[in-house]
Amino acid sequence: MIYLDNAATTKPCEAAIAAVTEMMTENFGNPSSLHRAGLDAQLAMDKARKIIASALGADSSNIIFTSGATESSNLAIRGACAAYGRKRRKIVASSVEHASVDETLTAMEKSGFEIVRVSPRGDGKFYPVDFLNACDDNTVLLTMMQVNNETGHILPVKETFATVKRKFPEIITHSDCVQAFMKLNISAKTLNADLISLSGHKVHAPKGVGALYIKKGIRVLPLVTGGKQEKGIRSGTESVPLICGFGAAVESLRPTIASRYDHAAELKNALVDAVSGIDGVTVNSPEDSSPYIVNLSAAGKRSEIILHYLESFGIYVSSGSACSKGQQSGVLGQFGIHGKSADSALRVSFCEDTTVEEIKIFAEKLHEGINSVRG
Amino acid sequence: MKEVVLVKFGEMALKGLNKRSFEDMLKKNIKRRIKNLGKFELTSAQSTTYINPLDENVDLEEVVDRVGKIFGIAALCRACVCEKDFSDISAKAVEYLEDVFSCAKTFKVNAKRSDKAFAMKSPEICAELGGILIEKFPHLTVDVKNPEVTVTVEVRDTNAYVHAENIRGAGGLPVGCSGKAMLLLSGGIDSPVAGWMMAKRGIHISAIHYVSPPYTSDRALMKVETLCEKLTDYCGDIAFFCVPFTEIQEAIKDNCPEEFFTIIMRRLMMEIAQRIAEKKNCLALITGESVGQVASQTMAAMACTDAACRIPVLRPCVGMDKTEIIEIARKIDTFETSIEPYEDCCTVFTPKHPKVRPRLEDVEKAQNSFDFEPLIQKAVEETELKIFEYNK
Repeated sequence: MIYLDNAATTKPCEAAIAAVTEMMTENFGNPSSLHRAGLDAQLAMDKARKIIASALGADSSNIIFTSGATESSNLAIRGACAAYGRKRRKIVASSVEHASVDETLTAMEKSGFEIVRVSPRGDGKFYPVDFLNACDDNTVLLTMMQVNNETGHILPVKETFATVKRKFPEIITHSDCVQAFMKLNISAKTLNADLISLSGHKVHAPKGVGALYIKKGIRVLPLVTGGKQEKGIRSGTESVPLICGFGAAVESLRPTIASRYDHAAELKNALVDAVSGIDGVTVNSPEDSSPYIVNLSAAGKRSEIILHYLESFGIYVSSGSACSKGQQSGVLGQFGIHGKSADSALRVSFCEDTTVEEIKIFAEKLHEGINSVRG
Repeated sequence: MKEVVLVKFGEMALKGLNKRSFEDMLKKNIKRRIKNLGKFELTSAQSTTYINPLDENVDLEEVVDRVGKIFGIAALCRACVCEKDFSDISAKAVEYLEDVFSCAKTFKVNAKRSDKAFAMKSPEICAELGGILIEKFPHLTVDVKNPEVTVTVEVRDTNAYVHAENIRGAGGLPVGCSGKAMLLLSGGIDSPVAGWMMAKRGIHISAIHYVSPPYTSDRALMKVETLCEKLTDYCGDIAFFCVPFTEIQEAIKDNCPEEFFTIIMRRLMMEIAQRIAEKKNCLALITGESVGQVASQTMAAMACTDAACRIPVLRPCVGMDKTEIIEIARKIDTFETSIEPYEDCCTVFTPKHPKVRPRLEDVEKAQNSFDFEPLIQKAVEETELKIFEYNK
């Protein structure tokens, strides 16, 4: 199997699996129990919390565990708007957000919020001043992803949040950092973010766990009520095994952010090189994108067909974002990729284990596929 | 553009011949806090310490954040380093202030010329630089009474510095310059605040805590350890003494009249604390007591506890309201931990009707009805030490 769909999900690492197993066999207590078994589970969870917090340059008390980044972003947006949005009724976002954010905004719109989606300019780039101009005294929240999940575009979150906060310090800033966490160096403080969504399964942890960073002093009202776990912000017994798996995965990835980045850059170069010889293939990701994600268009051949063609050789890539199961994405259009280029867009995404050899095989099979499939 | 952090001394600037030792203590404390943020050169002159980053990409904001918690500092700021030449000062000021000015409407310029050899006098610097800034940032107007941004130019011995905001420091004296004392740390809201307040006066804090399993839980102890960890941000390293207290509490319960439980317990805590304090060269005990807060904190009760002490008991919260204490607890980030709901040893066997005005002879008589000495000795011997180091 050549797995080139790491932006959809990653293979859980050994450390994560070991941690999950330990928390399901030896240390299975309920962290809210008063006895030692409960305390041990709590300690293991505290450790994971500390690891994830410190990877963001934050304090443990800033991290709330959730079931995944979709829940994190829902909690961030709905919870912050519930706390701060009684008078201020406008939300500003980038136009290329992941569905977990974008669909939440659409739902907020129905409950009376005005949503302003800021698009990239003609050069495919976002400019902080465009977000600033979209914000006003009526704005409650600004949300902007760090790395686009379909193209790898890196958005100027840091600059935008700084610019906006300088003029409107009361606006809450949220960033979906799912595709940036453990891949780029991000710190909550330098990002100027009040809220950050993270996912476990994109960083070699199991599915079903995520986290929300909440800056000290920022209020987020809960979406669910119950036993007041996670400081009452996210009630429900914590999924300790998955949380500990998340912590273990982050712990093992953190020392290698720089070297893995270089490796991904090498893979991206190899891929761009390899497909440059194929007629009609264009690379949609810009040069300065996150090297972990390369979006390309396969000579007008419908992406799904090429995807299944490659699949028959055990090569797995994605068409658009896997979360939307092949639905055509509006995001590519935002970046100026339309018509046949968008219909034939494939997303290739890497991890530490991906090799240049695999990239070469992919390019070869892609070439063959383009020549052999009709339509 | 070269940026440094200027650190202005607090009241130690007023010290006489021993000022140097205060300065050295402060420099040592600063170095310790920023050690892992990169390489720095620290120099002092004219009651100011300059933190000069030697690496590129040092997170100066984090430096300011950490140094802002160190006692002995009146104010600090990030500043841009200029040649002692007005054209360089004005050129760098324009560039350096662009960000701050982008969302301000009014400003004024302050100048301090400690190098009197500099050709321009302070009012001239203010007027000239003000003119240049208005020219470059036409949306600004000067407001000398209530400006949004105060630009300060300091012409010092080797360089000139431009900065836009002075951040208030933590004040007080450098930790360590007033000797050591032992803090009775319960896990409540008051005692961490008391420790913080005395560290502010330059005292190096050790902490002592009493555990009574099974009446108190591991979580209660962990809570106190977390408080210790949080205090290291301000107080530096803390030696934490954990005293096994179950047997003593049970002996009080079995042998003393209920109305004196708390007061006798406090006297025994003081006894143990001072024995360890004396061994560790601590010159005083510190508690978070505040007059009238609870029955054991009336003046009469304090007189009874003090009677058991051979060394001074410092009570910095003594005249404070709970709300004032909570305000500090929030500021130093101990409040959220302190309110975690675990029982500590102070609330074990609380009498229903404690004596609000206990008489010393009654208390002593009640206490002398049982020989606590062997239990005290055993508790002291079995006390465990754990060091909490500043580890950011």
